[in-house]
Amino acid sequence: MQRSTADACDYRTSQLDVLEAESIHIIREVAAEFERPVLLFSGGKDSIVMVRLAEKAFWPGRIPFPVMHVDTGHNFPEVIEYRDRRVSEIGVRLVVASVQESIDKGRVVEETGRRASRNRLQTTTLLDAIEENRYDAAFGGARRDEEKARAKERVFSFRDDFGQWDPKSQRPELWSLYNTRIRQGEHIRVFPLSNWTELDIWDYLKREKLEIPSIYFAHSRTVFERDGMLLADSPYSNRGEDEPAFETMVRYRTVGDMSCTGAVESTAVTLDEVIGEIAATRVTERGQTRADDRTSEAAMEDRKREGYF
Amino acid sequence: MDILRLATAGSVDDGKSTLIGRLLYDSKSIFEDQMEAVERTSRDRGEEYTNLALLTDGLRAEREQGITIDVAYRYFATPKRKFIIADTPGHIQYTRNMVTGASTADLAIILIDARKGLLEQSRRHAFLTTLLRVPHLVLAVNKMDLVDYDQGVFERIKEEFTAFAAKLSVGDLTFIPVSALHGDNVVDRSANMPWYDGPSLLHHLENLHIASDRNLIDVRFPVQYVIRPHKSTDPELHDYRGYAGQVAGGVLKPRDEVMHLPSGLTTRIKRIDTADGPVDEAYAPMSVTLLLEDDIDISRGDMICRPHNRPQVTQDIDAMVCWMSDERTLTPRGKLIIKHTTRTARTMVKDLHYRLDVNTLHRHEDADRLELNEIGRVTLRVTQPLFADDYRRNRSTGGFILIDEATNATVGAGMIMESR
Repeated sequence: MQRSTADACDYRTSQLDVLEAESIHIIREVAAEFERPVLLFSGGKDSIVMVRLAEKAFWPGRIPFPVMHVDTGHNFPEVIEYRDRRVSEIGVRLVVASVQESIDKGRVVEETGRRASRNRLQTTTLLDAIEENRYDAAFGGARRDEEKARAKERVFSFRDDFGQWDPKSQRPELWSLYNTRIRQGEHIRVFPLSNWTELDIWDYLKREKLEIPSIYFAHSRTVFERDGMLLADSPYSNRGEDEPAFETMVRYRTVGDMSCTGAVESTAVTLDEVIGEIAATRVTERGQTRADDRTSEAAMEDRKREGYF
Repeated sequence: MDILRLATAGSVDDGKSTLIGRLLYDSKSIFEDQMEAVERTSRDRGEEYTNLALLTDGLRAEREQGITIDVAYRYFATPKRKFIIADTPGHIQYTRNMVTGASTADLAIILIDARKGLLEQSRRHAFLTTLLRVPHLVLAVNKMDLVDYDQGVFERIKEEFTAFAAKLSVGDLTFIPVSALHGDNVVDRSANMPWYDGPSLLHHLENLHIASDRNLIDVRFPVQYVIRPHKSTDPELHDYRGYAGQVAGGVLKPRDEVMHLPSGLTTRIKRIDTADGPVDEAYAPMSVTLLLEDDIDISRGDMICRPHNRPQVTQDIDAMVCWMSDERTLTPRGKLIIKHTTRTARTMVKDLHYRLDVNTLHRHEDADRLELNEIGRVTLRVTQPLFADDYRRNRSTGGFILIDEATNATVGAGMIMESR
């Protein structure tokens, strides 16, 4: 932890230091109390921060659990390349849970139509992987500022043996005392970034000089417009003839599937420029860039109940 | 920039959601897509003003029933501070949520409807705030627009509450007259109340001094995790044995003499490690790793303190307990699991001394149980010694949770009252 320069003799701690200390405490608590934790790592900015915090929590030792990627097969290639490189740098084991395999096994059926996406299918793949590997705790990078259903979720979020979240019967969470007790087949989703905001994440990426996938910076891409969002023209986005493609400078504010993650027009090629644009934006990240949340007002709440991230 | 955690209490009728919506909106923390959704819903419902309360409505069930069922956390920042709001519902059945929200709060805002004055529920909120030792309390007298911004109304409420607060140990108390609907005294000082010479609510939240609220005197370091890298290729790491945890009190420095509990052995701090390098001192809420000069057998659940300033080492815990379960009650001889700092043990309720009426503060000494949302004084017998402080002195080493052995539900929260 870096000491605040503001007023040293006052023992003040900057907001990033407080958030970091709280997250490290949460991550260590999981390692101490669970048998088989796993960290969900997508290569997105939040999970990049989470992995960094896990490195810090056990330094100079290694991260004592594997990381898992739920691979929809519709990822940005830049992100997969980043994922593999980062994983080998840290020396942690990567488990890939594949949505394609779930489809091949008949566990889920591919959606059809123009707006088909594998977003919702991920839930089954994730829950199957948790069950197969007997994971009892899964770290997720979700933040409470992202969405209103997430604003009500605990740091240690209990899931029954169907992986379901019941918002009405959550365990009270007081001080920094976390109830980690579960029965066989149940698990806990742990969200060490609960109290971080989008801007905190970017500030931390900058402070820690963390590398992020190139798609977070402005680059030239062929896109088309759908529902007021710019989607990448990819084999997964089912672009219609009435949706003309064009090339423009964009960056991504969140990283999801190519089929449902919107890009924003941008010229920001450095982290400072990205932070400047985000500090000035008047639209939420999920509202701007996630088609999956636009399905209905309670889209996230419904998916969370089913066991989504 | 530091963080201020605040809890809000009050019911929908007091305008709590509107006040939070106003703080978020006027501090420009609301995004256009969120605002558009709120404006659309307000229009659909035929409401006269854009209903800022809708900004904080979360779950579908809540929107449908017009209620808040759980603690929701909101975030906003100004150039001076980052704020975390624990937004808790105010109805009596939600004592448990208010206790949860207040447990980590630096400041609590209690809303009072200027037309109605001090209600039973306001007293309850004030009591819970002091029970949880929230260091700063703001009484926001809301809906001043509906009493013609009358100074007399505000002064009467202030007087009445001050008299009531004398019975509690309220740390720092501030009264602010506001209109959440119109924004008076929320972010900017109101022109409608020239008689009020205090700060606006946001100004108060931004400038409040909170750094000294932490305990920087009593060194308390609950050991959370032992780091032993075991890298045979690196001789430096081969013998590395670090005790990781989050500082719960005091200031630790290299070369300080420290005592290990339960053994009572003393040693010195060799180094305080973090992944960013060693530090010269550690204090709450830092997460660090201690290296000690002597080889002592130390594991999770143990405590590092100073030889002449130790917590109580005791298996008998006296505490105020807030019961949070509707599935079982707390009764004498009942068995539970207790989690206190990093230590988990089994416990039995030895005695229920009284149940406290949170509205009148009357002690019902004939009580034979605690039900959901009830608060009482108990003595617990724990299977292992706990390293405990009075909750009033340290919230981290004075608070605990109770867990049901069969269901694994969190059924109670306790505040240690000076162990015998």
